[in-house]
Amino acid sequence: MLRYEMVCVGAGPAGLAAAVEAAKNGVQVVVYDENDRPGGQLFKQIHKFFGSKEHRAMERGFNIGSSFLNEARELGVEVSLNSVVLGIYENGALNVMIGDRIENIRGQKVLVATGASENMIPFPGWTLPGVIGAGAAQTMANIHGIRPGSSILMVGSGNVGVIVSYQMLQAGCRVAAVIDAAPKIGGYAVHAAKIARFGVPFFMSHTIKAAHGKDRVEGATIIEVDENWNPIAGTDKQVDVDTICIAVGLNPMTQLLRMAGCKTVYVPVLGGRVPAHDLDQETSIKGIYVAGDVSGIEEASTAIIEGRIAGLAIAHSLGYLDEQSFIGQRNEQLKSMVGLRSGSHGESRGKAKAYLNATMKR
Amino acid sequence: MAGDSSKTGFLSDEELDKGLGIPSEARRRKGAVAVLECLEDIPCNPCEASCKVGAIEVGEDITTPPRLYEDKCVGCRTCVPICPGQAIFIIDESLPDDNATIEMPYEYRPLPEEGEVVVALDRAGKEIGEATVSAVRKTKKMDQTATVIIEVPREWSMKARAIRLKR
Repeated sequence: MLRYEMVCVGAGPAGLAAAVEAAKNGVQVVVYDENDRPGGQLFKQIHKFFGSKEHRAMERGFNIGSSFLNEARELGVEVSLNSVVLGIYENGALNVMIGDRIENIRGQKVLVATGASENMIPFPGWTLPGVIGAGAAQTMANIHGIRPGSSILMVGSGNVGVIVSYQMLQAGCRVAAVIDAAPKIGGYAVHAAKIARFGVPFFMSHTIKAAHGKDRVEGATIIEVDENWNPIAGTDKQVDVDTICIAVGLNPMTQLLRMAGCKTVYVPVLGGRVPAHDLDQETSIKGIYVAGDVSGIEEASTAIIEGRIAGLAIAHSLGYLDEQSFIGQRNEQLKSMVGLRSGSHGESRGKAKAYLNATMKR
Repeated sequence: MAGDSSKTGFLSDEELDKGLGIPSEARRRKGAVAVLECLEDIPCNPCEASCKVGAIEVGEDITTPPRLYEDKCVGCRTCVPICPGQAIFIIDESLPDDNATIEMPYEYRPLPEEGEVVVALDRAGKEIGEATVSAVRKTKKMDQTATVIIEVPREWSMKARAIRLKR
């Protein structure tokens, strides 16, 4: 059985930030990721990030990913790819499938930073080729250099919907419309403005009724909805598209945590069932920590801060960081989080996170 | 343009009037100045950090929308490619012949060329008319966000916010 001081599940922004922070303080770290390249969603993020300089604002996501990887490498963090963590058992025991073999691993501390998966909505025709997740569209265009389609309907106006729409325009697609059942655009106004000025129309209080086509998407019908999100008869509109991107939110991938027995709480604003955790990102099971989207859907910038806090907390609990330095550094990170969890887009997430922290005390 | 940007995606003239980042007409006539079309309380402050003359203020709470001090702004353009929201433009209404220039961020390829005639689009993406590209800026520091400067009739200076290439 291989033993590590810290096992990190997921090499996205949260996992890498935690690994780097812990390794900086002397912790021996391994990071497992099921993908064949590290970085999680960062390498799809070709746009410049928001925030402050300390949040790496105005840097593009993929550049942030590269610098984390370099830092991790320099610090001697072991990053194991094509490595699927199959289960977390008692006392930090894990099963990891690496290639075609299964390894038994023991981590003194385990950080679960598995991220999230995209929500899908069913509608007639939703299994036709050409109906894809917005994340898939990003992977095709931004990682593989393949244009997902020529004319796109974006379902969902949150930041994922508006940012991916912009990236589809950059890839040379036409974005026929962005629709959302909600009455107001969910993403940042500046992201919406960025695509509106290139002629992308928004249809608020609209949902998709059906996708049409024989062997692949050849068009879509959208329909207006009332305030209870019920379709209004006679408001059908035909949209001439060959690709339908679904961007209707994300769901935390908590399977490993639930298997390990971590307490979870249903918090809709954080994307569904999420693990209760304290300010140090530790769950109800001692030694198991969480960071990033798996602990509640937020942004890459908040995931990085949560990762850093978890990394510091782990270094502290393993005896690499004294109490005073730990509290000082953790509070610095918490302070930097305040701005990201305020304002009309962040405040409700901030409150939800505080609630999640409070559930640990019960 | 009337309307509600939370439904249309673009700011209406009425909404812009309430913005704290919009220079007065008198200031615009004097020469190049930044227009900050950022009215929402999102956590972001690179514009403030980039401004060397202290003309942009966000403050301690980074969700405060930026305020422009129009008399301090020298129209240096540093903030245009910096803004992750592509919400900053440089307007110069001091040109002769009632013309104006608009500098806008541009992240599409191919880039237009100097002297090229392009179609100017308003905030809703509607065609306003033809405009001539007077310069294209792209340096390493701008990190792939080029800026395009177009020359337009002065009455378009607060309308045109995008371009479409004719080729």
